[in-house]
Amino acid sequence: MNRMKTELVKNAAGRLVPQTVNGEPVVPYQGIGKHRPQKNKHAPRIATCADYPSDGNKLVPDLKEALVRAGIRNGMTVSTHHHFRNGDLVANQLFDAIHELGIKDIRWVPSASFPCHGYLIKYLEDGTIHHIEGSMNGPLGKFASEGHMRGTGVLRSHGGRYQAIQDGELKIDIAVIGAPAADPFGNANGLSGPSACGLLGFALADSQYADRVIVVTDNLVSFPCIPWQIQGNYVDYVVEVERIGVPEKIVSGTTRITRSPDRLYLAELTARFCDVTGIIHEGFSFQSGAGGTSLAVGEYFREIMKERGLKARFARGGSNKYLVSMLEEGLVDYILDGQTFDLDGVRSMAENPRHVWTSPFTSYNYHGKGNFAGMVDVVILGATEIDLDFNANVVSHSDGYLLHGIGGWQNCLFSKTVILPVPLFRDRIPVIRDRVTTLCGPGEMIDVVVTERGVAINPLRKDLLDKVKGTDLPIRTIAELKEEAEAICGVPETAEPGDRVIAVVKWVDGTVLDSVWQVRT
Amino acid sequence: MIVQAGNAGKDIRSDCLVEMEPADSGGIRIELVSKVERMYGSSIRKLVEEGMRHFGISNARIRVEDQGALPFVIMARLEAAARQIKKNIPEFLLPMLKENEYPSSPERHRFSRLYLPGNTPKMMLNAGIHKPHGIILDLEDSVAPAKKAEARVLVRNALRAVNFYGAERMVRINQWPAGREDLEYVIPHRVHTLLVPKCEDPEQIAEMESVVETIRKEKRVKDPVFLMPIIESALGVEMAYRIACSSKQVVALAIGLEDYTADLGTRRSDEGTESFYARSRLVNACKAARIQAIDSVFSDVADMEGLARTIEHSKKLGFEGMGCIHPRQIPVIHAGYAPGNEEIEKARKIVLAYEEAESKGLGVVSVGTKMIDPPVVKRALRIMDLAVEMGIVSKEWRNEPHED
Repeated sequence: MNRMKTELVKNAAGRLVPQTVNGEPVVPYQGIGKHRPQKNKHAPRIATCADYPSDGNKLVPDLKEALVRAGIRNGMTVSTHHHFRNGDLVANQLFDAIHELGIKDIRWVPSASFPCHGYLIKYLEDGTIHHIEGSMNGPLGKFASEGHMRGTGVLRSHGGRYQAIQDGELKIDIAVIGAPAADPFGNANGLSGPSACGLLGFALADSQYADRVIVVTDNLVSFPCIPWQIQGNYVDYVVEVERIGVPEKIVSGTTRITRSPDRLYLAELTARFCDVTGIIHEGFSFQSGAGGTSLAVGEYFREIMKERGLKARFARGGSNKYLVSMLEEGLVDYILDGQTFDLDGVRSMAENPRHVWTSPFTSYNYHGKGNFAGMVDVVILGATEIDLDFNANVVSHSDGYLLHGIGGWQNCLFSKTVILPVPLFRDRIPVIRDRVTTLCGPGEMIDVVVTERGVAINPLRKDLLDKVKGTDLPIRTIAELKEEAEAICGVPETAEPGDRVIAVVKWVDGTVLDSVWQVRT
Repeated sequence: MIVQAGNAGKDIRSDCLVEMEPADSGGIRIELVSKVERMYGSSIRKLVEEGMRHFGISNARIRVEDQGALPFVIMARLEAAARQIKKNIPEFLLPMLKENEYPSSPERHRFSRLYLPGNTPKMMLNAGIHKPHGIILDLEDSVAPAKKAEARVLVRNALRAVNFYGAERMVRINQWPAGREDLEYVIPHRVHTLLVPKCEDPEQIAEMESVVETIRKEKRVKDPVFLMPIIESALGVEMAYRIACSSKQVVALAIGLEDYTADLGTRRSDEGTESFYARSRLVNACKAARIQAIDSVFSDVADMEGLARTIEHSKKLGFEGMGCIHPRQIPVIHAGYAPGNEEIEKARKIVLAYEEAESKGLGVVSVGTKMIDPPVVKRALRIMDLAVEMGIVSKEWRNEPHED
C-alpha cells in the first residue's frame, strides 16, 4: 500500500493533492476567491529593548555564533532570499555553519533557489536539510524530482510566500538576510557595496514575522544605514563576513533584447494584439518580465505608443534599461519597481522620483486589503506548458522535472488581461498539451496565448473575441494550435509519473493547487 | 568502418548526429541519447528501425545523439549515414505536406528571398512564419564541402516536410557543373525555382535546363522549374542579357556583389559606386528580356536604416527585390519595394479610367488629357494588386470613397 496515495483528494481544479504535507494539514484548492481564512495573522513574540545591547551594537563575531545565540535546534525553519540570484553566497555559508554545529533536519525556506545552491545537495543527503520550501531548479530540481529529498517540497509564488508567513502557515524560526549595506543595529539596504542588488523586498516578511533575524553583510557602515529597506528594530544579530555575493552574477551590467527572429516575431504579434484590441490606450498600465521576449514586447509597445501619441500611467517593474528609457522619454508616468534587473534600473531608481521603490507585496499579497495586480491592464508572462483549458505550468518540464520557480507569476494572473507569448514547440516539445504536467495557473485567469503560428483567446473573453473580428490577426482555437504542433512534432508520449508526491504547488491563498510527482528514472 | 551524419554539440538544436557501424550479425542495435527521450524515445527508435529495413541494412550499430530533431531531420541523417556504408539504397521519402502543394509563376513577386543554410534544420522550421516571398535552402556557400552530401538529403526532406507557408520554394544549387548532383535531390520535390550561382555562360543554363527536363520527365514532375541565375563576376555582367535569354525558364537574374566586387579587385562600399554599372547593366538586361531584376543581399543585419536606404536606391535603379539573410530584414524589404503612395494614386486613376472606358465600350483610355497605352494599364493593375496584397489599400478600393 502506498501511504501517500491514501491521503490524496481531488481539489476544485480536478487535481489530486495530499491533505497533509510534511505532517501538517493543508487545504486543497477551493477555486478562485473561495478560501477565506477566518483568523488572525501570525503574531511574532514581543521583543524587549532590555534584551538587546543598549549601545545598539548587535554585531556578533560570526554566523555560527549568531545561530547559536538565535537558539538553533534540530528541525527548525530557516529562511534565506534570492536578491543575489545566482551570485548568492549566503545560503551556502549558512548551511556550512549549521552543518558544523551538527544540527539536523532544517526546513529551508529560500524565497527562490538558483543553480549555485546545487552545493547544498550534500546537506540534503546528510540530513542537515530535511526539505526545501521554495523554488527548486537546476541540480536541486533534479535531486527533488528524482525523489531524493526526504520531505515534501512546497512551491509558492512570491506573494504566496508573504501570505504564508503573514498567515502563520509558515513560521520562520530564523531568517538570515544577506544585506549589501548594513549598520551594526541591523538597518540594511541593497543599494551600495560590492554586492549591490537594488531592493531587499523578498526579505521583508521574514524580517517582520520571523522569531529571530540575522543580517549578514560584507559592507558594514556606521549607523544610520540609509535608506533602511530592512529596519533594525526587527533585527536580532548582525554578522560581518568577507563576501555575500558574486557581483557579476547578481545584476547584469546590461539587459539585452532577444535577437532571435522567432521571439521577436512573437513579441511583435503580442504588441500588435494589444494595439488592435485597444489594450494599449491613453493612461494604460502594463507589466512584463525580464526575459528576452518580454523585453521585446516592451520595445514594440514603445513604437506603438509613439506612433499613436499615447502614454502609460504606470509600468510595474522588474525594471531594466528599456523601461527606464520609456520613463525618461515620458512614455510612462511611473515605474513601480519590485526588483531591479540591470545597472540602468539601479541608477534610475536612485535619481528619478517617478521610479518608485515598492515592496513586491503591494501587488502580490492575496491576503491584503486589495493589491495593485488587478489594476494592471496587461501582463506578459511565460509558461512551459498550457493546456486546452488554458491552464498553465511554469514550474516543471513536460518530462516532469522541476525547472523554474513560480516567482511573481501566479500573483500577476490577477491583471485585467494575461497574455502568454510562447513558441508552439521548443526543440520538438509542444507547449500546448491535453493537460499540463503541473498546474500553476487556473485557465480561467489566462486570457490569451500568442504563438508564432496563431493567437488563441480564452473563450471566456468574449469581449476580446469580438474585438479581433475582422482584423488580420491570426486567431485560432487552442485546440487548432495543439493539432498544428503535433502535426509538426508528433504526438508526444505522456511521461508516466512515479507514485510519490515530491512537492506541492500552492495557490496564492495558501491552498494546494497541484502535486508534483516523482520522476521515474 | 564507422560513419557519421548530422551535427551534435552544445549549441546544436533541432538536429541530431547519427553514427553507424555496419556489422555481420546482431541485427539493428540502437543507442539513443535524446533530450526528448521521455516524450519521443520509442517513436524515434521505431522510425530508425523502419528506415534501416527500407535501406536493406539488417545488421548495424546505430548511435543517435538527438537535440530535439524532428522526424524529417532524423531520417535525413540516418539516410546520409546509410549511404556511406551502402551504395544505391532507396530514398526514404516522408509524405509531401499538403500545405506545400501550390504552384509558383514567372511573374510572382520576389521582393524578399530568405537564405537558409541547407544543413541547419533549426532555421528551417519557422522561416515561413516571417512571410518572405521566397525561401532558399542553400546547398552552396553555407554548406561546408564535407557536408554537401548530407545537406542534399536534408534539403530534400525539408522540401517535403517543412511548411513553407506560401513562400516560393527555392534551392540554391552548387556552381555548375558540381550542382548537377543536387538536381536529383530537389527537382522531384516541388521545388519552384533554382538559384544558379556564379553564372557567366548561357550554355551552362541551357545545359542545366536539359538536365532538369530529363529529371522532370523521369520523375513525372508536372510543374515547371524556374531558374534564377546569379551574376557574380565581371564576365557574368557582360553576358547578362544572353543569360537572361538562355532559357524560357529563367524568370529573374540576381546580382551577387560580394564576389563581383572581389572580381573587380575593389571592395563593396555603402554608396555602391563600384557596382553602379553592373547593377544598371543587369537591370537593363532583365528588362530587355522581360524578366525580373533582383538585387544583392544587404549583409549588416543590425542596420535597418542602411538597409532601407539601399532599397530606396535599388528600387530607383529598377530592381524588384533583394536577397536577405535575417528574417528581420523582410518587413523592411517589403515596405521598401512596395509601391509608394504617389505610385498607387496614379495607378488607381489609370485602372478606374480603363475600367470605365471598357464598360462604355470605348477603345481609348485617357486620364485627364493623357492617353493611356495598354502596357501602362497592365502595370497599373499590377501595382493595385500588389497594394491590396500588401495591405496598403483594401480589397474594396474601387468602391471606397476617395479624395481626388
